[in-house]
Amino acid sequence: MRQKDTQFERIAYPVGFGLLVLVLWEIGVHLFNVSPALLPAPSAIGAAIASSAAILWGDWVQTVLKGALNGIWMGSLAGIALALVVDRFVFLKRGLMPVANFFAALPIVGLAPIMVMWFGFDWHSKAAVVAIMVFFPMLVNTLAGLSAADTMQRDLMRTYAAGHVATLMKLRIPAALPFVFTGLKISTTLALIGAIVAEYFGSPIRGMGFRITTEMGRLATDMVWAEIFISALTGTALYGLVALIEKRVTFWHPSHRG
Amino acid sequence: MTFRRSILPILTVVVALVVIWYGAAIKMNSTWTFDQAARAGTSPSLSEVIGDTMQQSRPLLPVPHQVVSELWKTTVEKKITSKRSLVYQGFITLKTTLWGFALGIVIGVGLAAIIVLSRIGRLSLMPWAIISQTIPIVALAPIIVILSNAAGAGTLLVPKAIIAAYLSFFPVMVSMVKGLSSPDHMQLDLLRTYGAGPRAVFWKLRVPASMPYFFASLKVSVAAAFVGAVVGELSTSAIAGLGARMLIGSQFGEPMIMWAALFAAAILAGLLIVTIGGLEQILRRAMGGRPV
Amino acid sequence: MKKPVIDVSGVDLTFPTNDGAVQALKNVDLQINKGDFVSFIGPSGCGKTTLLRCIAGLETPTDGQLTVNGLTPTEARKARSYGYVFQAAGLYPWRTIGGNVKLPLEIMRFSKEEQAKRVRKVLELVDLEGFEKKYPWQLSGGMQQRASIARALAFDADILLMDEPFGALDEIVRDHLNEQVLKLWARTEKTIAFVTHSIPEAVYLSTKIVVMSPRPGRITDIIESPLPKERPLEIRDSPEFIEIAHRVRDGLRAGHEG
Repeated sequence: MRQKDTQFERIAYPVGFGLLVLVLWEIGVHLFNVSPALLPAPSAIGAAIASSAAILWGDWVQTVLKGALNGIWMGSLAGIALALVVDRFVFLKRGLMPVANFFAALPIVGLAPIMVMWFGFDWHSKAAVVAIMVFFPMLVNTLAGLSAADTMQRDLMRTYAAGHVATLMKLRIPAALPFVFTGLKISTTLALIGAIVAEYFGSPIRGMGFRITTEMGRLATDMVWAEIFISALTGTALYGLVALIEKRVTFWHPSHRG
Repeated sequence: MTFRRSILPILTVVVALVVIWYGAAIKMNSTWTFDQAARAGTSPSLSEVIGDTMQQSRPLLPVPHQVVSELWKTTVEKKITSKRSLVYQGFITLKTTLWGFALGIVIGVGLAAIIVLSRIGRLSLMPWAIISQTIPIVALAPIIVILSNAAGAGTLLVPKAIIAAYLSFFPVMVSMVKGLSSPDHMQLDLLRTYGAGPRAVFWKLRVPASMPYFFASLKVSVAAAFVGAVVGELSTSAIAGLGARMLIGSQFGEPMIMWAALFAAAILAGLLIVTIGGLEQILRRAMGGRPV
Repeated sequence: MKKPVIDVSGVDLTFPTNDGAVQALKNVDLQINKGDFVSFIGPSGCGKTTLLRCIAGLETPTDGQLTVNGLTPTEARKARSYGYVFQAAGLYPWRTIGGNVKLPLEIMRFSKEEQAKRVRKVLELVDLEGFEKKYPWQLSGGMQQRASIARALAFDADILLMDEPFGALDEIVRDHLNEQVLKLWARTEKTIAFVTHSIPEAVYLSTKIVVMSPRPGRITDIIESPLPKERPLEIRDSPEFIEIAHRVRDGLRAGHEG
């Protein structure tokens, strides 16, 4: 009764929907003579991307490669490392879990102005904001993942008289990986937000957030849209990359078995 | 039992964090103290240094009790109508959050219904819904402001609420898609033996079955709406709200204003999550669910 | 007389629960000799699994004496004296069948060649040659459980503890596996302790049947089976078999009323 989705449909429908929106947008802008300062047509945005490729590239390097990625690896490593340490102490784990969960729900991005004050205008302050934003979801997810192995599997390790390290390496870390990847996927999204917002509080004269504010001031909306397009593409690509690695590494998880 | 099992560990962690904070503050702020002393040609004693690090007016990192006293000054001691009152500013952020939350629920539930009921809807919308969350909303913020102004919104509340809704619809949608498709084949077949149409299946089975999922998503969603509200304030150059206080603190180089706003935001987020969590419990029980 | 491999005398175990203490085991006495096939049978809550876990050193009795190979259960566990098969196969989904069987060998630091040799040998023992490279989820439930038995056999402990290993499988698969376990027992001459709630299974497999009853968990009858070591499936229709089955059923009923 239920129709199975083919690979073709899974790609054609979303792409078709996206194209439909673009076409309607293009037609709408021309039909109603919308001012380009208000809403440029997709073709105009495309032209802006093509003509300012060098600027966009510089912004991308500043914001994504320097700010966001540095923050992601620092925050993730710190979160995972702390989780591994805390995991050894039940008391600490009980106390830290709710606190970290609460912090993960807070608008940590608000620390951006303070980080700019501490670490200056360049990418270091952006990476710092991103690292803190990424830290809590990574910590929480890794901790949850480390408790994911069930009692039976732990008992099995006990029947082998396996020590803490062996149990960790052979059982609990592999079992935790799907959770770690969930944390990483959340992190990629947060990282771009953090890196861009932090630029609103001060940046050198390049960076996506910087470009968006300055071009907005000049009412060069097509450039703003160009940055939005690049950031959207980056966000999706980062997420997709993590999802791809996840699929490779945790191929055994029920959600990935083909 | 609960005290030893949960409250005591939490308190320990919080106390440890506060201690670390004092340590870090003394360390970071002492640079300025030493600079001042060097300029004046004096060499302060350790207790003088520590004392000074805790009462600078523009510390790199204010100590917790400074933040608390700043919070006290800007909440209890200020008139609620004053622009400097964090209660007043918090109320504005709260209003944005709740509008965004409400909008997010409507959009989330609506999208979920389309996705569950229509195959074409699911195939074309689901990937875009996921993509929407990977796009940094802050980049879109200025555009949302001018477009909603052009549409005649008049205040910043509308774009800020849209930004909040953009972040908060997703958890609701994901949960509702799960919830609406949670009835299994047996339950669906039962209704088919009654000759029920799609409309009856939706309202009599899918909707009630989805309620626990719906409630479970609210806490996450309201937290996301709150983050969205603050992000919205930070990225639309708002002049009111807790995010705006952070902006002002940054522009005038007043760290105390930033920290107080940050703390107020944390407290407000906590209150929101607890309130919605409580509401969720009450609703769940009222609908005959088992207490969890 | 030979010393028993597993010697249980006067073992008590009480669990604290919210409704007061529950006596899971009361005054349990039992000797298991080398090469015995002992089944524990009884309704749920009779403590049969708990007793097996005590023998394995996964639970600690509150009172009484319990030795395995003359050692305390914990010492025996640390000395890797037994292989344990759980109710569910509990194979690690991120490891192949071969990798799963290798798991205890890695933890116990067998050499690489030895690992490969043993994996091949035990997979052959449970009729799973050629499935070494498959992942657990690609196998049927019965095959998964066979792989988990191979895993328990891999390090060649003298004792095999099996906790309702076939409880979740259907009748036909179960019959087949019962036959295989008997063959395995004959070939390896291991001492096997086997928890079940199926009367035919217990009678078919065992040299000694331990009937248990709940509240408090205790042994109500120990039946020495007169059946020969060589047992085709048809033996289940013989008068001797039916007589023992009757005695087991009577024992269970008496325990239920008492």
